[in-house]
Amino acid sequence: MSRARITLSDEARARLATAYPEALAPSPAQRLRVLAVAAVLAGIAVFGFWRLDFNLDRIGSGLAQLGHFLTLMVPPDPGTQLPLYIHALGETLAIAFLGTLLGAVVAFPFGFLAAKNVIPNIFAHFAVRRLLDTVRGVDRLIWALIFVTVVGLGPFAGILAIATASFAELGKLFSEAVEALDRKPVEGIVSTGGSDVEAVRFGMLPQVLPVLASQLLYYFESNARQSTIVGIVGAGGLGLHLAEQIRVLEWQKVSFLILMMLVMVAVIDFISSRLRFSIIGKTRLEP
Amino acid sequence: MAHAVTRLPDAQLSPMLAAYEAAVRERRRHSFIAAAVVLVCIALAAWMGEVKPGVLFANAGRLTSYFASIVPTLRWDALGADLAEWYWNLDHWLKLLLDTILIAYLGTLIGAIGAFFLCFLACANLVRSPFIRLAARRYLEFCRTVPELVFALLFVVAFGLGPMPGVLALAIHTMGALGKLFAEVVENIDMKPVEGAIAAGASWPKMVRFAVVPQVTSNFASYGLLRFEINVREASIMGFVGAGGIGQDLVEAIRKFYYSDVSAILLLIIAAVMIIDLVTEQIRHRLLGVGGHR
Repeated sequence: MSRARITLSDEARARLATAYPEALAPSPAQRLRVLAVAAVLAGIAVFGFWRLDFNLDRIGSGLAQLGHFLTLMVPPDPGTQLPLYIHALGETLAIAFLGTLLGAVVAFPFGFLAAKNVIPNIFAHFAVRRLLDTVRGVDRLIWALIFVTVVGLGPFAGILAIATASFAELGKLFSEAVEALDRKPVEGIVSTGGSDVEAVRFGMLPQVLPVLASQLLYYFESNARQSTIVGIVGAGGLGLHLAEQIRVLEWQKVSFLILMMLVMVAVIDFISSRLRFSIIGKTRLEP
Repeated sequence: MAHAVTRLPDAQLSPMLAAYEAAVRERRRHSFIAAAVVLVCIALAAWMGEVKPGVLFANAGRLTSYFASIVPTLRWDALGADLAEWYWNLDHWLKLLLDTILIAYLGTLIGAIGAFFLCFLACANLVRSPFIRLAARRYLEFCRTVPELVFALLFVVAFGLGPMPGVLALAIHTMGALGKLFAEVVENIDMKPVEGAIAAGASWPKMVRFAVVPQVTSNFASYGLLRFEINVREASIMGFVGAGGIGQDLVEAIRKFYYSDVSAILLLIIAAVMIIDLVTEQIRHRLLGVGGHR
């Protein structure tokens, strides 16, 4: 097929250029700004590479090693430890499930306390928000370490760590959901003589519950990923075995454990996204 | 005031009432089943997770005393000296914090560049071949499903201890997470410029460069900044597996019960995370305000 391309006459081109100067030649100031941003980004990157000791030799030999490990990983094989790994998988699921649920139960009242339209007092919701921010600033793995020193090794520490981190994150999300509420049902209840508690129960809860449930399920998904690694610091689940097998270079077991994680996460994703859509679809509420 | 509500005759009303009650019963039955399923799951999970309420109560005191013991002794009349003692290793920690932020920065940058080149391949509106699309999507999914700490563990064995494996682990995870978000942005673009570019005879890369990229850059930058925030938090724990940054010192302080060091390092991390959150939030608002897509 021959190409039928239209070539503009010089006159037409000039007319276009005067009509849309920015499309053909961005202003020098704009160009300079883009260049400056790129230069700053690249400058920090170069500094980072220098400060963090990047060198091509190490990258090259590391990649070669990784390739070698990959060949050793096939086929994935649990050896004789399959029952142990299945137990660890159960622990991981328990950590994700109970951690999310516990975090959500605690976050629920805090979501209302941190919402401007429920607690008009600035100091009260400011204090609650800073508390949530502080707890959120600490990674869940750090919480896991702290809880390991408090309640000892095992999945219980993992549950508490995931619950603490989810509490802070869900608390923030819940409060945002509560603040986005429609005021009309609440006003309707107050106007018919309902008390404040009744206004929350009948005016707010029915609106926020589907949103909260959908966020809860979403968190269950992400916590399922996170709970696979809390074992690295001794808080139970698959991570413990994974870290151990990597240290002793049992690559077939490593790949088997990673596969187990992937399958578990995929199954949970599937189930929870089905549930989420059914919850959102029923009430036509967009989170 | 007289009642102005008209009551339907019973003959008409009773089937409606019955239908309403049946609907309510049906809903209650559903809620009941859902509650039962959740309860069973809780019981199973509690059994698997070795939850012992007794242990929790017995150790509740240990939790509060733990937090009490990481609080440093600060006396009002000797505040300067106490602060100096609490942050005795501040120089070293600040250097480690800088490393941590650089790890997050490089991980985000490398990951974002990878995500940028991959996301266009994963979009149904730009790529016809379902094979390429599927391959790109599965690859991104794999990158974000394996936790970064697992990559870090593997890379520490392959590349040796230090920040480099941390950066690479973060970069891979970031590529997966950002690639998905980027692809969603690209799938929502206005297709007219794309059609225009194709009609004018642009090749595929040129079409992406001139019709797609200008539409999505501000959103991409905003997501990149959001990821940077998350990655600073993740980078703070990379040291747990020997992949650099301040995590190494933190894990040591927690394990060896250097109580006041724990609170000193934690506060540094929290402060850094909060400052970065605030700054990036400002930039993101400006970006999205200028871009005006969302």
